[in-house]
Amino acid sequence: MRKLLFASLIRPPLTERPPSPDDAALDELGRAFVRISRERLGRSLSIRAIDAGSCNGCELEIHALANAFYDIERFGIRFVASPRHADVLMVTGPVTKNMGEALKRTYEATPNPKWVIAVGDCGRDGGCFAASPAVMGGVDAVVPVDLHIAGCPPTPTDMLKGLIALLATMTGKA
Amino acid sequence: MSTLDDLLRGGRPASHHAPWPRVTVDRAAWDAAIEQLAGGHLTLLGLWPDAATVHMALLDEPAQAVGVISLACDGGRYPSVARLHPPALRLERALRDLSGLIPDGLPDTRPWLDHGQWGPNPEPPDYAFLPCEGEGLHQVAVGPVHAGIIEPGHFRFTVNGETVVRLEQRLGYTHKGTEALMAGADLATGARLAGRVSGDSTVAYALAFARAVEAALGVIAPPRAVFLRALMAEWERLANHLGDIGAVCNDASFVLMQAHCAILRERMLRVAADAFGHRLMRDRIVPGGVTADLDAAAGQAMRELVADIRRRFPALVELYENTASLQDRTVTAGMLGPELARQYGAGGYVGRASGRPFDSRRALAYPPYDRLAFDVPVFPEGDVNARVWVRIREVEQSLALVEEIVDRLPRGTLRADLPQPGEPREGMALVEGFRGDVLVWLRLGADGRIARCSLRDPSWFQWPLLEAAIKGNIVADFPLCNKSFNCSYSGHDL
Repeated sequence: MRKLLFASLIRPPLTERPPSPDDAALDELGRAFVRISRERLGRSLSIRAIDAGSCNGCELEIHALANAFYDIERFGIRFVASPRHADVLMVTGPVTKNMGEALKRTYEATPNPKWVIAVGDCGRDGGCFAASPAVMGGVDAVVPVDLHIAGCPPTPTDMLKGLIALLATMTGKA
Repeated sequence: MSTLDDLLRGGRPASHHAPWPRVTVDRAAWDAAIEQLAGGHLTLLGLWPDAATVHMALLDEPAQAVGVISLACDGGRYPSVARLHPPALRLERALRDLSGLIPDGLPDTRPWLDHGQWGPNPEPPDYAFLPCEGEGLHQVAVGPVHAGIIEPGHFRFTVNGETVVRLEQRLGYTHKGTEALMAGADLATGARLAGRVSGDSTVAYALAFARAVEAALGVIAPPRAVFLRALMAEWERLANHLGDIGAVCNDASFVLMQAHCAILRERMLRVAADAFGHRLMRDRIVPGGVTADLDAAAGQAMRELVADIRRRFPALVELYENTASLQDRTVTAGMLGPELARQYGAGGYVGRASGRPFDSRRALAYPPYDRLAFDVPVFPEGDVNARVWVRIREVEQSLALVEEIVDRLPRGTLRADLPQPGEPREGMALVEGFRGDVLVWLRLGADGRIARCSLRDPSWFQWPLLEAAIKGNIVADFPLCNKSFNCSYSGHDL
C-alpha cells in the first residue's frame, strides 16, 4: 500500500495530464462551474441521485463522475445520502408506476430551493419504455423538472455540462 | 441416457425450436420434472408464461444438455414448481402477476412485481412481510430509495442488536413491462429493449437476444461478427469486474482500491467509446451480426490498454491480499454454502465462489468460445472474499481472451441477412454475462415480428441467496455482502 500511495504522490494526477481535447473541455467546464457555484451556493452543491426505474446504465455513468478523471468533488459537488441534505435531485429512468410514490415522497423530503435534473433519454420522456402500461413516462410526469440531460446513458462529460447549464438557470430561483 | 433425455422423449416436440429441443408434456411428465429438480438431478434455467402455456427450461449439468418442457394450463392453472423446488418461487409469483396463470400449490401467493399500481390489483396490496418473532428482535426497513447511487428495492431486516436474523427482500420497483413491450415489436426494437434490461449487461443481453433470433431463423452470424461480439462481451465483463472489485472494497471503507479500479474501468470505457462508438457498447450487437467494426488503430488501443492493466492490476491484487483490515471484512463475511448455490443454479461469481463451476461459455461452448482457450476459476469458500477472487481471476482470464480475440479477428462482413420466417419459429440462447448466464427465449411470428420474448436475468437465482448469505452477519456488513453479489434490480424486475 505504501508503494501505491507513494507513487500517487510523485505521479502527476490524472486530471492534470497533458489534455486531449476532451480533457481540455472538462477542465474548462470545471472552471466555469466553480465561478458560478461560488456566486450561488458558496462553492457547494449537494446532489441526491434517485433511480426511478432505470436500467442502471445511467447509474454507472453517474458513478463515473466520482473517478479520478472527472473528480466531481473538486468542483464542490457531492452526492449525499439523504434528500434532506440535497440541493439537486438527479433522477434517472422512465418513472415506473411502482416507483412513482417513492419519487414523489423523495422530492417532498428535499428542502427548498431545489432543482431536479432528469438524466437520460428515459428520464426525458420514458424513452423506449414510454408505451408501457407499467411506466408513467419521463421524470416530469411526477415532479417538475428543471433540466434534461440527454443520452442513453449520457456520458459523464454530458452530465457535468448539464450541471453547469443548471447553475446558469438558477438565477431566478436562488 | 441422461435425466433430461428421458423427460424430453415422452413429449411432443415443437416444430421449430432451436438450438435445444422443446417438447409439450403432460401433467405426469411435468410432475416428474419437478421431482428431478427437487432431487438435484436437474437445474432450473427459466420458467415463463406464454398465453395459456407455461414453459420451463432445464439444464442437465452432467450431460451439459438443455431442454424446454411446456405444459398447457387447464383452466389457467398448472402444478406449481416452487411447491417442491423453492428456486422457482419468485419466478412463479411474477408469472402469476404478469399472466394471470395460477400455479397450484404455490407456497407464497403474495404478489411480486405487481405492487397494485398497474395490472389486475387496482389497490396497493397490504404487503405482509414474513413473521419473525423473538425476544429483543426489531426491524429495520431500507428502501426503495437507497442512500447510495444504486437501484431501488426494499430490504426488511429483522435484527437482534447488530446481528441480522432475517432479511426479506421486496423487489419489482423498476418493473417496466419490458416483456409486454416485446410482444408485437420488430427485431430492431426488440434488440434495443433487450439491451436495456440491465444496463451493466447491455452487451450480454443484446448478444443473447441476437443469438436467440438467429437460432429461430437458422441464421449464422459472420465469423468477424462472432469474434467482435465476444470481444465486446469480454470488455464488458472486464469493466464490470474491475468496477466491482473496487466497489466491494469501498463498501469495506477501503477507498484506495476503489480509486485505482475506477481509473482502470474508466480507461476501458473510453477505449470502448473510441473503438465501438459507445462507452457501454450499447446497441452494437443486433440480430444477424454487429453494427460496429473494429479498425486497426482501435484494436491496437485495446491491446495497449490490456497490457497496461496487466502491469497495474497485480499491485492492486497484492494490496487486496495484504491489507489485513480489508481481509478482516471480506473473509468469512456473507457465507453462501455450496448446497444452496447448486440448488438455485446460481450463475456467475456467486455460483463459482461457492463451488459451482458452471459457466455457459464453457458448458455450452457457444462460438467463438469453442475455439478459445480460457479457464473457469472456481472457489469453494462462498464468502465475500471468494466472490472477489473469482472476479480477480476472471479479469486475468478475460484480459487473455481479449488479446486472443484481437489477434485472431477474422476478416469479412459484419452482418448476415435475416430471412422472413414465413411461419412461427422459436429460438433460445444462454449467454454468459459478467453476472452469470442470461437466458433469452423468443417466438417469432410468420411476419418476423416478436410474438413472445422472455428474458431471464441471472439475478433471479442470486437475490434469494443473498437473503441466506446475510443471515448471522451484522447489519453494517450488508452493503459489503450486497455489493459482492451485485444483483441487478432492473434485470430482475423487467
